[in-house]
Amino acid sequence: MTLKALWHGLFGTWYNAFLSLAVIWLLAVWLPPMFHWAILDAKIAPDPAACRASFGACWGFITEKHRLILFGAYPFDQHWRPLIASMLFVVLLATSCNPRFWHTSLALGWMLGLTVIFVLMHGGALGLSVVESAMWGGLPLTLILAVFGLALAFPIAVLLALGRRSHLPIIRALCVTFIELVRGVPLISLLFMASVMVPLFLPEGITVAKLVRAEIGLIIFAAAYSAESVRGGLQALNRGQEEAADALGLSYFHKTWYIVLPQALRIAIPSITNNFISTFKDTSLVVIIGMFDLLGALKAGLNDAQWRSFYAEGYLFVAAIYFVFTFSMSKYSQYLERDIARTAPKPS
Amino acid sequence: MNRNVLMWVAVVVVSAIGGALIQGMMEPKSTPAPNAQKSDAPKSAAAPAAPAAPGASTSATLEAVKARGNLSCGVNTGLAGFGIADSQGKWTGFDVDICRAVAAAVLGDAEKVKFTPLTTQQRFTALQSKEIDILSRNTTWTLARDTSLGLNFAAITFYDGQGFMVKKASNVTNAKSLNGATVCVQPGTTTELNLADYFRSNNMKFQPVVIESLQELTGAFVAGRCDAMTTDVSGLVSIRATQAQPNDYLVLPETISKEPLGPVVRHGDDQWFDIVKWTVFAMIEAEEKGVTSANVDQMKSSDDPAIKRLLGVTAGNGEALGLKEDWAYSIIKHVGNYGESYDRNITKQLGLGRRINALWLEGGLIYGPPVR
Repeated sequence: MTLKALWHGLFGTWYNAFLSLAVIWLLAVWLPPMFHWAILDAKIAPDPAACRASFGACWGFITEKHRLILFGAYPFDQHWRPLIASMLFVVLLATSCNPRFWHTSLALGWMLGLTVIFVLMHGGALGLSVVESAMWGGLPLTLILAVFGLALAFPIAVLLALGRRSHLPIIRALCVTFIELVRGVPLISLLFMASVMVPLFLPEGITVAKLVRAEIGLIIFAAAYSAESVRGGLQALNRGQEEAADALGLSYFHKTWYIVLPQALRIAIPSITNNFISTFKDTSLVVIIGMFDLLGALKAGLNDAQWRSFYAEGYLFVAAIYFVFTFSMSKYSQYLERDIARTAPKPS
Repeated sequence: MNRNVLMWVAVVVVSAIGGALIQGMMEPKSTPAPNAQKSDAPKSAAAPAAPAAPGASTSATLEAVKARGNLSCGVNTGLAGFGIADSQGKWTGFDVDICRAVAAAVLGDAEKVKFTPLTTQQRFTALQSKEIDILSRNTTWTLARDTSLGLNFAAITFYDGQGFMVKKASNVTNAKSLNGATVCVQPGTTTELNLADYFRSNNMKFQPVVIESLQELTGAFVAGRCDAMTTDVSGLVSIRATQAQPNDYLVLPETISKEPLGPVVRHGDDQWFDIVKWTVFAMIEAEEKGVTSANVDQMKSSDDPAIKRLLGVTAGNGEALGLKEDWAYSIIKHVGNYGESYDRNITKQLGLGRRINALWLEGGLIYGPPVR
């Protein structure tokens, strides 16, 4: 963009000029004090007394509590395990985003990766001490909840969406009931059911870890919502596509797998991404059932009497982590729409 | 061909992980392995089902804890001084110490505790559904909880109560002169009801400012949106201590409610109830007798019969509880006496002195029945 175009864009008309000036004025008022607070007057040393005496941000809170926020109540001397597990997660996710790696070996990589992550986190093999899932926390817990939640919810969502459009009345009724029931209640109530009600109904002598119960609640919720997004894609698809497939004599499975889903899912990408991003952030609701995900661990850190007043710094830190993940997700979905949607479907 | 082989390997790997995962997640609770007691017998000389210890073999919770090798304890998700994960993720606090003490008494190792952080809504269900063996989470002992919820409060470890904090500049020095004040209060707790009761019974008026989060509530009070703020005294004292100018604030002398806190167990396991109860009493007795984690080994050779009984030099107490004779020694050695735990957690973390939680000998309410 040339300078002239920029000038025209900002001050071309009187109302654009007015808006631009207003924004510049707001920034001028807001930025310098913000800069002073966050950088110039900030304290980095983990000393609450010095922080309270200063007007700036107290990044010392992060210096002091970052391991608690990132890894929760995981045994301190074992923190390298969740650290490697989180990095593995990021590597796996980043690799999966590139279409060049979309082969069977990627599925194998995931299985291998998840095995390593599980062994790292849980231990009990290779001389690693056992760390029960109740002690997992922070970033790896958020990633586990989100990745497993989304990966397992998506196939269920596709099945539910197909079921809702099925011609078989029982299947359709079941899918509609499931979707409407789950969408009819807030996620918090599902999580409460999973954490409070389920243990009372389990047979004597069996407990299911809270992590698994919360994960199942998340999967059910995400599946019901994504199902409606997928159904949107299915309905947007030209009926001619299905009729053509029928005319060719394809079976229901072949028709759905090769003709309908590739096109419908592509249409549904924006709204599915929307669901994924909101599910990723919804994982923070597990704080209400006493799990130390990223946000829960931050709150645990803020409960320290010494550091109670520095919540702004803590929330900013966690918000930055959430932003990195959700922003990458939304950028990636834009890329998918632009570049993958243009190419013809390549069933493999 | 090669790819097919890979796929099969993958399938096998995944099913193996799935199996391991399910096995790991589904753990037996409360039903001890049939051979658990046998394998324990040689270690604890006094434990076998002797006729003198009627409850010794009937406590399902005790057997489950021994079979599992750790104590499952419900604690607060984060309350400074009582139950909180510190910067290293290690659980500390006064309530947490009670859990460690029970583990020390039962298993001889204060570190063999599995902490389950619980919210207010979850805490009782977790105990009822046997997810935890003991709930030590600043829980107030009330009649309804003791009876209809099917719980037993083992002992009172901390006497708390609701109070008020004001700014010194307001010149208010007692709660009676708060008539017409605006009061910052958290909604939905007994705190709000106690506040209304107190003002009504004293024929005073007040204007509530209701804010959910304690941090924002404190912020509103400091910023001057209300004349006074109210919550439990332990909370007020710690909030005052962390202000930039603690001396600008005053915690009023009145306590308007009774909040006796203590560990909770399920109905129907009297031996377990006894063990938790006497764990607390042993910590109190140890403080009375001046037995600390530092001097407990020398104290073993003390001539005081009460200390001899407490530390198991004179046998009998351990057998009666169905524990080893050094149960109380183990508590004091690994966790400390009541006063040590109080100082380490509540005095150091919250800046709150003993006040009514001093020993009865010093004019407080902390009193344990004799350990004999």
